[in-house]
Amino acid sequence: MSPADDRRQEVTFIVNGEQRSVHVHPMERLLDVLRHQLALTGTKEGCGEGECGSCSVLMDGALVNSCMVPVLQAQGVKIVTIEGLGIDDRLNPLQEAFLACGGSQCGICTPGMIMAACHLLQKKTHPTIEDIREGLAGNLCRCTGYLQIFEAVAEAAQRGAGK
Amino acid sequence: MRSDPADYELIAPSDLHAVLAQLAKEPGEWLPIAGGTDVMVQYAAGKLSSRKLISIWNLPELRRIEVFPHEVRIGAASTYTDLREHDVIRREFPLLAGAAGCTGSIANQNRGTLGGNIVNASPAADSLPALLVYEAELVLASVRGPRRVPYVTFHTGYKKMQLAADELVQTVCLPRKYSQYLSYARKVGARNAQAISKVCIAGLGRVVEGVVEDVRIALGSVAPVPLRLRATESLSRGTTLDSGLINSAAKTAVAEIEPIDDIRSTARYRAAVAANLVVELLERLRVSGSPRG
Repeated sequence: MSPADDRRQEVTFIVNGEQRSVHVHPMERLLDVLRHQLALTGTKEGCGEGECGSCSVLMDGALVNSCMVPVLQAQGVKIVTIEGLGIDDRLNPLQEAFLACGGSQCGICTPGMIMAACHLLQKKTHPTIEDIREGLAGNLCRCTGYLQIFEAVAEAAQRGAGK
Repeated sequence: MRSDPADYELIAPSDLHAVLAQLAKEPGEWLPIAGGTDVMVQYAAGKLSSRKLISIWNLPELRRIEVFPHEVRIGAASTYTDLREHDVIRREFPLLAGAAGCTGSIANQNRGTLGGNIVNASPAADSLPALLVYEAELVLASVRGPRRVPYVTFHTGYKKMQLAADELVQTVCLPRKYSQYLSYARKVGARNAQAISKVCIAGLGRVVEGVVEDVRIALGSVAPVPLRLRATESLSRGTTLDSGLINSAAKTAVAEIEPIDDIRSTARYRAAVAANLVVELLERLRVSGSPRG
């Protein structure tokens, strides 16, 4: 490919409160840009087709699968990844509740699961168990059997994580 | 094999006019992409035939829901989340709000759009039977100007539709006249959540003094296009829905559909489920009109 054919361009967005510019092909997946260019490897790839939720991030406050977002569509948006949830060296209450309740085992689904829970608690500070089940329905876990995860989200909500 | 992003172009014009101008300049060359919940799956699998994409995500002209006295106009790039959270849609078009709420996960509802569901043209699409029974109309936009078509005529065959190469679905219009109707929807799939339907149904009806004044029935995943069951409807209209009539209606429904065997189900199972769903809808309708209501 000659340099004239290089379609890469600048895309600028805010990640975890910090403005970042990347030089990318517009159809690169946001997931790959986060992981490979910005070294934010907390966001995981599972299925790569929007079925498993392990690549979940918040884009302007909305939960999205980053494997299905062409990076050009992230121009000018605010992104929050799992790395953006902790405050200084302290874990976010959701992260603490996942630890306390055994909501994380192999860990691959955990970042996406926590981002989905975070999105849920932003919309509903005191979710019912049905709300939790629905809010996390797009996030697959093959280890825990989900009960510890639901318990962790309920626990975090009780501790005021949604406020 | 996975696609190489270097092989693809993606542009993101800032308004609808610029998108339409691009579509007119090279008709058929540019594939619109909104939330990407279908397009990015094909892309990931290396099966996306179009190499030029044009983003219509978040264009203000396409992502708004406007309420007029006689109709609601939904911008085609409104997401499922936009639909299920909109007061008027929830109250007056529960079949659409309900379909939006059972389509995929929250993350997919945040990105998947009504217009995308229409042009992706899957016979199993959950929102399309709702559009059929509400008798939705579509506004198709191009630089030649808008035209308005009844949704029922839009899909003409499997993945075939009345959309010119330079056109874009801009708006979905729903008449506001169903608030007194009984609504019925069911999706039958391998699981309750996150599954593509084996059969789905949307039904609307109104019973006055024990007699069916109006009934509309649409099924998904039983024909090359989402299907309105006209013969079953006319058989039921004007009747009191006794058990003999309901049995005949179920038989008529089975005669109207053209289900197939595929990865999700069999023609035989689909026909049995379709008949049962029609029976359940008509039973509900009969009960809604009984004196004890």
